[in-house]
Amino acid sequence: MSSFWSIWVSVISLGTILGCYLILRWCLLNKTGVAEGDDMHHSFDGIIEINNPLPKWWTIMFYMTMIWGILYLLLYPGLGNWKGLLGWKSSNQDIQTLQESKDAVLASREEAKTALFGLGGVGVEYDRELEKAEEKFAPIFNQYAEQPIEVLVNNEEALKIGQRLFMQNCSQCHGSDARGQRGFPNLTDHDWLYGGTPEKIVETLTNGRQANMAAWLPSFGEKGVEEVVAYALSLSGRQVDPDLKEAGKARFAVCSACHGPDGKGNQALGAPNLTDNIWLYGGSKDVVTETVNYGRAGVMPSFKNTLGEKKIHLVATYVYSLSKNK
Amino acid sequence: MKNVHELVEKNIGLMAIFILIAISFGAMVEITPLMFQQQTMEKVEGLKPYTALQMEGRDIYIREGCVGCHSQMIRPFRAETERYGHYSVAGESVWEHPFLWGSKRTGPDLARVGGRYSDDWHRVHLLNPRNVVPESNMPGFPWLAENTLDGELIEKKLRVFKDFGVPYTEEEIAGAKEAVQGKTEMEALIAYLQSLGTALK
Repeated sequence: MSSFWSIWVSVISLGTILGCYLILRWCLLNKTGVAEGDDMHHSFDGIIEINNPLPKWWTIMFYMTMIWGILYLLLYPGLGNWKGLLGWKSSNQDIQTLQESKDAVLASREEAKTALFGLGGVGVEYDRELEKAEEKFAPIFNQYAEQPIEVLVNNEEALKIGQRLFMQNCSQCHGSDARGQRGFPNLTDHDWLYGGTPEKIVETLTNGRQANMAAWLPSFGEKGVEEVVAYALSLSGRQVDPDLKEAGKARFAVCSACHGPDGKGNQALGAPNLTDNIWLYGGSKDVVTETVNYGRAGVMPSFKNTLGEKKIHLVATYVYSLSKNK
Repeated sequence: MKNVHELVEKNIGLMAIFILIAISFGAMVEITPLMFQQQTMEKVEGLKPYTALQMEGRDIYIREGCVGCHSQMIRPFRAETERYGHYSVAGESVWEHPFLWGSKRTGPDLARVGGRYSDDWHRVHLLNPRNVVPESNMPGFPWLAENTLDGELIEKKLRVFKDFGVPYTEEEIAGAKEAVQGKTEMEALIAYLQSLGTALK
């Protein structure tokens, strides 16, 4: 805040308190021209107003609010650039990047030390709240972070934390039972798009995934799509027209670049296994045709910033546990 | 006149003027300086003006009354930042006219919803929220997928924002209509939602 506005705020704020004081003093003087205790000649429905002084208890309370206000303005940042003796702040609002936000936490911690005549002030309220939480929860998270997921998966407590984090952050797409829904994979069925090892689950959670199946209608044409769909359906044992299937098999060479020559998929690309009768978008002929016609681009968002490494570790443990014993 | 008190008491016009003066002190201290304060005028580094499509989406957000149930303001409390991410800062709202901070949270805060879900999820969710979140009480907005934008007003909208100080270039304004024409309202709204809160990096 520029010094002009700082002075502006201070003068009006303090001036208002002074003004209240002066008005109160003035009201305490009898300026009505009527002697104390006499009739003010205001009569409403037979009720008359008498010139009584302001009640003492009320006046004292008014003075107390003024003292309170002045003390408050001394201790807390209310007067322009005055930071307050306590060095209190709710949060660091004047930051332009996340890095600046981190730097501001350290800077304001240093600043707080010199507040209150060097006795140490309270600092940033939000940072203090985080510090307290860190003290309480960091040992728990650190202890779990040190254990590999294969071991941690037997720890009931860790799984419970993982499950709660899953409910908060993952259930919106994968469902509260983690069985997924159309377009969002089931995490309990052992059928992994990008791999189900602990490392792969952590990788998926940390960086997210971006699937990319091309649209084949332009190059295959309607007939071509019909053929390739017939072949794709036959891979999971469905009854299809043998002629269409044969023609589709020839076309599948292009598909095998991602789905593999035998249609068993490729986890490095997130290309689904087409032989196991598990379908992300649906396995009806119509839906598979739609998929081949227009392609698919499923997205798993990255949770690196939302959850951070240690919480991802616990969510991954929970997700890993879902299919581990099956 | 001996009794000044009586003068004010019996003169309602005069009393109104004094009341106005008295309450204006608060505004003079709390509102006026904000309009000139660097903190409230300096943008966060990553802030970009809304694209034409996002701008249309923002107007749909306003039209459908999303702000009535969703706030866009993460307060500096751990209980909020654990769920939504870094608390909202002033520099993120410098180009918001009007801001959509809201004050009601029937649904979750959306200040940092950008990137949190996939476009596909938003599409399913906006058509019928129960399809992805069974316990949701949010209404569905199926017409968004059917209505297409004609882009008649988009140039004007961007120009108004430019007058407010948002740095749109003449090329952006000239290409705005073409950028949104034929797109569905659904696409516009999702583009807007995916941009929310991504400026603070």
